[in-house]
Amino acid sequence: MGEKEKRASNRKMPKHVAVILDGNRRWAEKRGLGTSEGHEAGARRLLENAKDCFAMGTNTISLFAFSTENWERPEDEVKCLMALFEKHFRAEMPFFQRDKIKILVIGNRAKIPESLRGLIEEVEEATKSYEGKNLIIAIDYSGRFDILQACKSLATKVKDGLIQVEDINEEAMEKELLTKCSEFPNPDLLIRTSGEQRISNFFLWQSAYTELYFPTVLWPDFGEAEYLEALTWYQQRQRRFGRRV
Amino acid sequence: MAELPGQIRRMSGGISQLIEQIYGFSRRCLFRVISMGPIPSHLAFIMDGNRRYAKKHSLEDGSGHQAGFSALMSMLQYCYELGIKYVTIYAFSIDNFRRKPEEVQSLMDLMLEKIKSLLEKESIVHQYGIRVYFIGNLALLNDQVRAAAEKVMKATAKNSRVVLLICIAYNSTDEIVQAVKKSCINTSDNIEASGNYKHEDRDSDIEGTDMENQEKRIQLVDIEENMRMSVAPDPDILVRSSGETRLSNFLLWQTGNTQLFSPAALWPEIGLKHLLWAVLNFQRNHSYLEKRKKQL
Repeated sequence: MGEKEKRASNRKMPKHVAVILDGNRRWAEKRGLGTSEGHEAGARRLLENAKDCFAMGTNTISLFAFSTENWERPEDEVKCLMALFEKHFRAEMPFFQRDKIKILVIGNRAKIPESLRGLIEEVEEATKSYEGKNLIIAIDYSGRFDILQACKSLATKVKDGLIQVEDINEEAMEKELLTKCSEFPNPDLLIRTSGEQRISNFFLWQSAYTELYFPTVLWPDFGEAEYLEALTWYQQRQRRFGRRV
Repeated sequence: MAELPGQIRRMSGGISQLIEQIYGFSRRCLFRVISMGPIPSHLAFIMDGNRRYAKKHSLEDGSGHQAGFSALMSMLQYCYELGIKYVTIYAFSIDNFRRKPEEVQSLMDLMLEKIKSLLEKESIVHQYGIRVYFIGNLALLNDQVRAAAEKVMKATAKNSRVVLLICIAYNSTDEIVQAVKKSCINTSDNIEASGNYKHEDRDSDIEGTDMENQEKRIQLVDIEENMRMSVAPDPDILVRSSGETRLSNFLLWQTGNTQLFSPAALWPEIGLKHLLWAVLNFQRNHSYLEKRKKQL
């Protein structure tokens, strides 16, 4: 059996892997390349890793593609990122359809360019019937925004008399959070590359019991070998959820 | 001649006191140097590893927690000496209630003992003028522990130098749910109030839109205000001992931008060097972040 198949047959595989793809700009700087080339390399790496990940039995992969705070970056870079998303959504449609990967984009869509918004709707519609492999792409997303929109949604239900305030509990929240689209809404493993040890407002609620892995390698250099290292590390964790082992 | 053992005892007592004083003095000098750079205003700790420590040293379970408590007192002393204003600790999670009843009871007994000791004259609370908050779903605690906690909060309410937040019967998803509930209640109250006003006005055209606007008016600030931890700013650094890197349902809302630090040391082994490492790292990142902000 190949390494990948061996891993897939191991029961202790993470069902949901979340990734903060950090380090594209530093990668480009190191090589004397422009920022856009860094992001392009990051996008290519992303698709390769997603393929490996699904092959090893993961059900859901979430990517922090663009955070609410990223709007503060230089205008050129933001434009380049939006163009990159459009390019890759278009180019990878055949791959998503062939491998039956359901695409879900979560975040506040109000500020993203209309052409990209339209394309996202197209891709989501075309892949909505697939099951077993989910690729969640967070664009203009933040953990606090997610909790806030869940809160607003619950407030509306209370106002409409559909639920009582006393019914609001953790399950009710989870049904409203944007990750409700997946069977496994809470990541088992979160990887943030480039050595920064913070969640930067990605999944907050959903990361309550997630194992956090912070390799120092920059995202475009995070390949199969690095991912296998992350898995080995994950499989050695003792997850107690507050109880004694 | 019979006095000699007594004299030796007094001398060695005096020497160890002297060593302690030298150590304290050097530490304060070191802190003065470090505080020339930015100092975090809020540090949070997940004190993991007490039971493993007890096992490692073949002690009874309870001794691990006792050792953990001593380590905590030292750490608080270092933090406040360094100029950190807020310290939050994860003392007991709601999830921990699922442990064996004997262990839960023994932890409750230990916490009761330690909470009461905070009110003693020699305690760290008086030494540093600490205002203490107990953050969590206190209704889940037994009456004795809850009463002791409330007594301490009341007694320290006027202290304003530094703050200690003890998260007990706490978890973050519970905290968020409570804040969401309160925001929904406030919103309904606002809607009702404006509804009454509208009836008087008989301006039914605007009524529908206004109710919509009221819901839209749930902002981040509404949820934030209703969080139990709103008495402190977000933590700058979160330290989890014993090498585990997960949040375990602690301060999820508040740690979006917090630097996470997971030394391998078990909690009773945690010491000054870990605090220094965390703060120096914070200073390094702080200057990097400030530089990036300027570049933008």
